[in-house]
Amino acid sequence: MITPSQTVGPFFGFALPYDGDWELVPEGHPGAVTITGRVLDGAGEPVPDALLELWTGDAGTRGALGRGGAGVSGFGRCGTAPDGSYRFRLAPPARPYAALLVFARGLLKPVRTRVYLADVPDPLLGSLDPARRATLLARPEGQDVYRFDVRLQGERETVFLEF
Amino acid sequence: MTHPPYLHPDYASTVLRAPSRPPLEMKEDPEAAELTGPVFGHGEVDPLDADLTAGHPGEPIGERIIVTGRVLDAAGHPVPNTLVEIWQANSAGRYAHQRDRHPAPLDPNFTGAGRCLTDDEGRYRFVTIKPGAYPWRNHPNAWRPAHIHFSVFGRAFTQRLVTQMYFPGDPLLPFDPIFQSVPDPAARERLVSTFDLDVTEPEWALGYRWDIVLGRTPMEDA
Ligand SMILES: [Fe+2]
Repeated sequence: MITPSQTVGPFFGFALPYDGDWELVPEGHPGAVTITGRVLDGAGEPVPDALLELWTGDAGTRGALGRGGAGVSGFGRCGTAPDGSYRFRLAPPARPYAALLVFARGLLKPVRTRVYLADVPDPLLGSLDPARRATLLARPEGQDVYRFDVRLQGERETVFLEF
Repeated sequence: MTHPPYLHPDYASTVLRAPSRPPLEMKEDPEAAELTGPVFGHGEVDPLDADLTAGHPGEPIGERIIVTGRVLDAAGHPVPNTLVEIWQANSAGRYAHQRDRHPAPLDPNFTGAGRCLTDDEGRYRFVTIKPGAYPWRNHPNAWRPAHIHFSVFGRAFTQRLVTQMYFPGDPLLPFDPIFQSVPDPAARERLVSTFDLDVTEPEWALGYRWDIVLGRTPMEDA
C-alpha cells in the first residue's frame, strides 16, 4: 500500500531550498571539503532544475534545517544552477562515501547514488568494472575540493542504486 | 509495481533524463549510510509554517481547505517527528516561481510553501487554499490536474519520498501523463485524497484526508 512517487517538477525552487542548505558545516570549519559538479542529461546538457540531497549517515550536532552556529550536520540540500552545477561543504564523512539523491523535473522518482571520496576496498566499488566504478569516484581537484558529475543517461551514465 | 518507471514517453521530459540501465540492487549492509536519515528538531520548524494562508498582510483568494493525514511505514506503523514539506500553485493555477509563465494572476497574499513535523501518531495537518489547474507544454492543450507537491523524509534515507496529492473527482486526472505514469490503477488512486466531512470545519474550511505510506527499509522484516 506504498504511496507512489511523482516528479518534484520544475517549481520547487521557492519552497525546498533554505538558508545554508548546502553547508553541512559553516565556512572555515577545520578540515571541511567541498563536493561540486554538474547534473547532465542524456544529451550531455546541464539539468538546471535538479535538487540534490546529500546524507553522510551521521546526524552530527548542527541543525539539518536551522544552520546557525558551529558544528557538523550530516544532511544537505542543493538546487542546481542554470549551468547544472551544485555544491556541498561538509566534514569528511566517517564512511568512504556520502549518499546522494537527485530529484528533477522528468524524474518520476529520484535517482540515488554514492559519492566516494577515495577508491578504497568496498563491496559496491569492488562489484563494478573500472569504467562503471569511475562514475562513483569523486575526482580531487585542488585543495579540499572534489568533483562529482551526475550523468542521468548515456554512455558514461552514473551507477544508480536501489535498496 | 508501485512507483512509476523512469522512462514514460508520454511525459516528454523523461526521455532524456531517465537512466537507461536498471539501478544496481544493493546487497544488505547494516552499516550503509542510507539506512539512517536526518532527524529534524521541533525547534527548527515554526508551527506557523503549516498554515499557508497566514504570514501575509491579507487572506489569499481561493477555497480554504484543510489537508491532513498520517505518515505510515509499510507495516502500518506511524512515523512520528518526520519532516513534511509541501508546495503548490495558487487558486488561479500560478506558482510563486519566476519560471512559471502561466498568464494567471499572482496572489500577493499567497506563496504556497509550507512544512511541519508529524506528531507522535504520525499526523500532519496543513491549512491552505485549493490550488488551481494549470497548463504546461508537454503536449498540445496539456493541463495539470489540481495537486499539492509533498516531500517526506521518514526514518531512513531509503524511505525518502517526493510525490503529489490530487483531489477526488478531478476531470483532468485521466489526461495527465504524470498521474498516469503510475502503472497500477490501485496504486495511482492512492495519490488521490478523500473529501472528509469530519475534517471539514463548519463555516470555515473543507477538509481532505490523505495518508502517506513510505517504503520499507531494507533491514525491516515488513
Ligand atoms: Fe505542480
